[in-house]
Amino acid sequence: MKYSEEFKEIVEAYKKTGLDERELFDPQTGALVIDGNQVLGKNETRGLHIDERTTKEGVNVVVRVDKGANIKRPVHLCFGVLKNRGRQVINSEFFIGEGARVSFIAHCSFPNAERVEHIMDSLVHVARGGVMKYIETHYHSEQGGTKVYPRLRGEIGEGAQLFEEFKLTTGRVGLLNIDYELKQLEKSVCEIIAKVYGRGRDRIDIRDSLHLNGAYAKGTAKTRVVLTDRAEGNVLGEIEGNAPYTRGHIDCQEVVQGDKTRASSTPIISVKNPLATVTHEAAIGRINRREIETLMARGLSEEEAINAIVRGLLR
Amino acid sequence: MLRLKDIHYSVDGTEILKGVNMVVRDGEIHSIIGVNGTGKTTIAAIIMGLGGYQPQRGKVLFENRDITNLSVTERARLGITLAWQIPANFEGISVREYLSLGYGTPPDELLRLVGLDPRVYLNRSVDENLSGGERKRIELASVLSINPKLVILDEPDSGIDMASIDVIKRVVKRLKREGSSVLLITHNEKMSKIADSVSLLCNGIIVKEGDIGEVTSFFGRVCKKCDHVGDVDEGVLK
Repeated sequence: MKYSEEFKEIVEAYKKTGLDERELFDPQTGALVIDGNQVLGKNETRGLHIDERTTKEGVNVVVRVDKGANIKRPVHLCFGVLKNRGRQVINSEFFIGEGARVSFIAHCSFPNAERVEHIMDSLVHVARGGVMKYIETHYHSEQGGTKVYPRLRGEIGEGAQLFEEFKLTTGRVGLLNIDYELKQLEKSVCEIIAKVYGRGRDRIDIRDSLHLNGAYAKGTAKTRVVLTDRAEGNVLGEIEGNAPYTRGHIDCQEVVQGDKTRASSTPIISVKNPLATVTHEAAIGRINRREIETLMARGLSEEEAINAIVRGLLR
Repeated sequence: MLRLKDIHYSVDGTEILKGVNMVVRDGEIHSIIGVNGTGKTTIAAIIMGLGGYQPQRGKVLFENRDITNLSVTERARLGITLAWQIPANFEGISVREYLSLGYGTPPDELLRLVGLDPRVYLNRSVDENLSGGERKRIELASVLSINPKLVILDEPDSGIDMASIDVIKRVVKRLKREGSSVLLITHNEKMSKIADSVSLLCNGIIVKEGDIGEVTSFFGRVCKKCDHVGDVDEGVLK
């Protein structure tokens, strides 16, 4: 990977999303670093192929992991906009080969955003027996001028697994509109998790949809949203059990702090096969008083107790 | 160390505590025993100052200081703490972090004191994936972490296995050895036998106190078979 000054600058920004720069500079670690529509660096490793094509407002990316490849080190994907204004559109496709295993850590950084739009449109195919883990951590400015639209569509093949976690807990959210929809084949496993902390006038909309189309497929959609000030959060979880012995679960918790926040949770669960089981649990409200008082009984102030509980919930 | 003076507490016109007077001495294990619904947990909540448990009348004195209007945090910082009957869960907070809220005893040492292997538990979350017994042991470890002067244990023996009960008894005795006072709330007379003194609570009133053998024997003989509603018949107490 070549290291331009710009690259080093953006690495500094990505460090705020938890990036260990040593990993990024390691030739054995797969990586792709993009600022706006400029590809600042790329590293492919054995079994991992990254093709990128610059467009007017972003980059089209195709990531392929060879059949049977076991990519031992997480692949770092660094997206973001360093400038205070801009629009970034990343169209990405992930093809995880049969029996392959790979983890991605996506660092999305908008440290100076006053008016920045980030559109992440992803298509994922995990072939039979493949395992893909994708952890996406955002770092936003305090201005609340970021609009983020993560969209994911995909298919998880027979016996394949997909674990996806989206985390936006540092800086102001601005506007977030998550829209995930995945189809699962026989004996596949999928877990999608979103953890978001909304403040000011942030607006958070999350839609997770899983179609359990193959027998014995298992799917979980979990959301943890904390809202303060005048923030608004709306979560729609949808799971269909369409085949025998499928098991789905929606787990949504929204914590509201203050009386000007707005929160809603809509679980939609359905089964089209009598042997399928889909469940949901949703809770909206203040932090449980018992939890706060337990920590206070160990000497924490009420504010310290609430902060500790929120930190845990969003971790 | 702790004195409750004429505590009255009502909810929506229903009197839960009807003038409770009680003393817990320095370094003493004092048990409150009584059947379900007599007000034992309410006493614990009032001593700890939990939200919604402000007595309408009476005082809570700790080391001769009136703490009736202090917050939970202020009471904890004076050295009072509480382990709930059903401990709260904390998603995303590890056992290590939970046990580091106190004043310095290393979390691994605290876990060993309650019979749990630090290698197995330190990085686990304090959440519903722990069994009832594991969670109660971790709660005890958490109580130990603040080097308390007074520990209130609310039904520490409920819903757990025999091995955990033995651990709880051992920890209670250790607390006493180290100079802490323990207020042990239970409806199990066997558990209350580790106490030095006992108060028997019935329908919001302490009806008997003093000698552990006599009071627990009365509790087992009379209270457990009793189905009275309302105030206690003075004749029964004689």
